[in-house]
Amino acid sequence: MLTLKCPYCGVHADETELHPGSEAHLKRYGPGSSDDEFEGYLFMRENPKGVHFERWRHVYGCGKWFLAARDTNTLEVFGTYSAQTTEPPQEIKEAITAKRPGWSWREFQ
Amino acid sequence: MSTRLSSGGRLVNKDKPVEFQFNGKRLKGYEGDTLASALLANDQMLVGRSFKYHRPRGIVASGAEEPNALVNLGQGGKFEPNQRVTTTELFDGLYATSQNHWPTLEFDIGAINTYLARFLPAGFYYKMFMFPRPFWKHVYEPFIRQSAGLGKAPKDRDADTYEHFYAFYDVVVIGGGIAGLTAALEAGKSGARVLVMEQTAAWGGRAVVDGVEIDGQAAEEWVAASVEALQAMENVEIRTRLMGAGVYDHGYLLAYERLRDHLPEEKGPRHRLWRIRTKQIVTATGAIERPISFAGNDLPGVMLASAVRDYVVNWGVSIGDRTVVVTNNDDAYRTAIVLKEAGLDVPAIIDARQGGAGALMDEARGLGIRVETGKAIAKVKGKGRVTGVAICAQAGQGGVLDEIACDCVAMSGGWSPVVHLWSHCGGKLKWDDAQAMFRPDPAKAPKGASGEAFVITAGIANGHLRSADALVDAFEAGRSAAKAAGGKVKAGKAPVAADADEATLEAIWLMPQGASIKLRMKAWLDFQNDVKVSDVQLAAREGFESVEHAKRYTTLGMATDQGKLSNINGLAILSDALDQPIPQTGTTTFRPPYTPISMGAIAGEARDELFQPIRRTPMYQWHEANGADFEPVGHWRRPYAFVRSGESVHDAVNREVMNTREKLGLLDASTLGKLIVKGPDAGKFLDMMYTNMMSTLPVGKCRYGLMCNENGFLSDDGVVARINEDTWLCHTTTGGADRIHAWMEDWLQCEWWDWKVYVANVTEQYAQVAVVGPNARKVLEKIGGMDVSKEAIPFMQWADGELGGIKARVYRISFSGELSYEIAVPASQGRAFWDMLLEAGEEFGVMPYGTECLHIMRAEKGFIMIGDETDGTVIPQDLNLNWAISKKKEDYLGKRAQERSHMADPNRWKLVGLETLDGSVLPDGAYAVAPGLNSNGQRNTIGRVTSTYHSPTLNKGIAMGLVHNGPDRMGDVIEFRKVDGTTVKARIVDQVFYDKDGEKQNV
Ligand SMILES: [Zn+2]
Repeated sequence: MLTLKCPYCGVHADETELHPGSEAHLKRYGPGSSDDEFEGYLFMRENPKGVHFERWRHVYGCGKWFLAARDTNTLEVFGTYSAQTTEPPQEIKEAITAKRPGWSWREFQ
Repeated sequence: MSTRLSSGGRLVNKDKPVEFQFNGKRLKGYEGDTLASALLANDQMLVGRSFKYHRPRGIVASGAEEPNALVNLGQGGKFEPNQRVTTTELFDGLYATSQNHWPTLEFDIGAINTYLARFLPAGFYYKMFMFPRPFWKHVYEPFIRQSAGLGKAPKDRDADTYEHFYAFYDVVVIGGGIAGLTAALEAGKSGARVLVMEQTAAWGGRAVVDGVEIDGQAAEEWVAASVEALQAMENVEIRTRLMGAGVYDHGYLLAYERLRDHLPEEKGPRHRLWRIRTKQIVTATGAIERPISFAGNDLPGVMLASAVRDYVVNWGVSIGDRTVVVTNNDDAYRTAIVLKEAGLDVPAIIDARQGGAGALMDEARGLGIRVETGKAIAKVKGKGRVTGVAICAQAGQGGVLDEIACDCVAMSGGWSPVVHLWSHCGGKLKWDDAQAMFRPDPAKAPKGASGEAFVITAGIANGHLRSADALVDAFEAGRSAAKAAGGKVKAGKAPVAADADEATLEAIWLMPQGASIKLRMKAWLDFQNDVKVSDVQLAAREGFESVEHAKRYTTLGMATDQGKLSNINGLAILSDALDQPIPQTGTTTFRPPYTPISMGAIAGEARDELFQPIRRTPMYQWHEANGADFEPVGHWRRPYAFVRSGESVHDAVNREVMNTREKLGLLDASTLGKLIVKGPDAGKFLDMMYTNMMSTLPVGKCRYGLMCNENGFLSDDGVVARINEDTWLCHTTTGGADRIHAWMEDWLQCEWWDWKVYVANVTEQYAQVAVVGPNARKVLEKIGGMDVSKEAIPFMQWADGELGGIKARVYRISFSGELSYEIAVPASQGRAFWDMLLEAGEEFGVMPYGTECLHIMRAEKGFIMIGDETDGTVIPQDLNLNWAISKKKEDYLGKRAQERSHMADPNRWKLVGLETLDGSVLPDGAYAVAPGLNSNGQRNTIGRVTSTYHSPTLNKGIAMGLVHNGPDRMGDVIEFRKVDGTTVKARIVDQVFYDKDGEKQNV
């Protein structure tokens, strides 16, 4: 039962208030994309043991989607941030680096 | 025999006798007894039978770890199986019966299994049931059904109530022994908000039984003073009968409070589930004594040494007159001393260690007790009850040196810290070789959201078995927890405990060391599931080397006690068989709850009408009063049909169809999802959401639309109306409103967040009525207020206006094939509008209709239904809906997926109509079969039924289905398989059975 802080309304939300939305920062591939690109978008996921970026919706609260950076192994939360970004903001990356020096995840260092 | 002693029993109140029943016998006990101590006081040693061999079993323990003594408690609505007598507090009128035997506890047919033991080895179930196959049905299954499960499931509804309780703390201390109290005092003094809980009814744990001295006081006095001090702190809450059940992510803790188990006549909830969020948890959960594996260790009268001591000190009950103590550590000597001091006989202490014990050995010898070192029990003698023990050398193979008559054996194989709560959320363990136990590894504690540890373990639970060490540890644990939770820790010093010096324990996993197979087959590890030393050794020989595999193969530790007594012993036997050290074998996973908690407590208040909210339309009460046969659709309750007196439901459905087709029907369509999509980019957005083009829909018009997910599969459908230049109203299916709203929000918030669109779910703001049938226009014209002519509102258009003084939005759409108006009015006026239609419609033959009539009429017209024709694997092209897929659009959700080769495959099954040759109704979901078998040896299939009804209009069965090459095979006859194995022939026809040209709806 995680708790995550909703960056929109500021509530420390219990997991029962939230709806999980799988991996964050996926790039959508539509018509015109190659089979490999489309497969990657639709099916291929990181599933890391460690640093991960996820989508969560504060569904029984303000209704907003937000993103969370956390460690899937230790359950540590590095921060939550707006869903309206294509990569984690600098302060989130720094918070992760401070706790997990040398981490990497996709193109984000 | 076991009996009540004339003196002693610190927990019982001999001024308050209590009467109870066990297997119909009326017995007496005292207030403060557990059911276990009261049964033992009445010489009821035999309390149950084991799971597999139905061996007679007695009480082994005195607390939550008890594996054997499970009973049925209560009757009727208060009946509950598998209740441990050791944790059941006695009350006047308690009613208990033993379980897992037939016909009686004393004489049990299933006990024959014990003679078949050599045919029921580890993995028996897996091995035997493979072949021969007929044996399964006639031999094995009846056998398993007869013997599977311990207690019986309750037959009546639970008569009690339960509740959930939400609480927030800085520090929660689990365990009310001296370590827990010490930690709680320190945390409390820091000003932190503290909860301290104890699972039993009494504070103090083992120290009060063992007579430990703390700060110069007897433990009992120190405990009373500490509890009083905690009670006086405003920031501290203390509770007994509250058990830490499970530790979860980010400081979430479930605790289980037994409020009325011991006061069944009092009002109020029986159990309470505490759902706690806390910054820090201190687990001061103590330790559990381990049995020793020797032949006959499961006979009634063989008990944990600490339990024998507990029964004397806490309840004034002796298990036997002559007790042989067998041990590999010093602690069991305390039992011998307590018994001797109570005036009971202790013929011998059998100590497996060559060197024997420390100071306690001298004390025992001083009392005249014979101590045999380096010795072991070769076997326990007795049938159904201990009559003596045969003694041998621990180092040998069991050659009997001596026999001692006794009626009780008190065994101690050392202690295992209770690490369950530490482990639930990822806390790791380390092996302590000197004490032969797994203990928490503080370097690998469960971590919270901040990445810091949120569980601290204290005292014996942390592997400090001596009281003096335990208190120092608990003192520090309480302070650390308080500090981590933001409390202000003041200077102070730990309480000082004095207890005797002890010699080191010697790990003894089998007694004697070289026990023969005959002895090992009688040496039990798991009493409840009947797993013996020989079973675990067999599992190892057969290659079950992983502890998790060996556990499942042998069922060791899989019973209701979850192996509290058996796990470490089993692990040690497995390690020995694999010739590897114990830490290399590792432990099985500890999972919550710590001990079983009631299903009622898990449900809490969520039962009956509070289980789930029911959504009701504004017309619901009318439906209820007029024979509605309701069906659940999402959280809604919709009338399936309106049944009149003398009618069957089927009759009612047929009447509603015929009346609507011939005269006038009303459908409460308020549950239909209604989403307003508004904004400068709303058209662009809807073009992505729907397969059709919605941006070009003219204001005032309606269009049927399809929605797919990104995998290309059909997900929802409905009619979209363009309200004005930047506003659309999207109808969804009844069950789809919330889902589709969330779907739209997801794309707007997370993908196209720069698009200016707003979505509002207005489903409940409107009541909606479908006015359907040849007389539909007549009734609306009679009510009056707006022009509803074909010219004013042509088919697939809408108009705003007023009907009978009520603001209305009228859509000319039809899901029935008839002349049809769907009319939305403000929800508050829905009932008035419904009543108005019924009254005005009387002369036109009006009748309301339900969802089944709706389904039949749409099937007669060949309209698809989401969830019938679709199942998450169907694309619109399968349903011949290519006309609703825009070819002009570059993109929509699902378009790329539908371009994949498998989606464009001409061999995909496609929608057709189906008519049986004999007019019967095809079974729903039936498969069309073809000659030959597939690669799995199953009959080849070429299609399946998706919707099937009796059509009252056509007076025959009609159906739709997905069929291989279906649209190209019009007129062909194919065979559908029925459940009874016979087949039924059906002809492939056009899916539109009624009014193929759509003339009736377009008038
Ligand atoms: Zn929020």
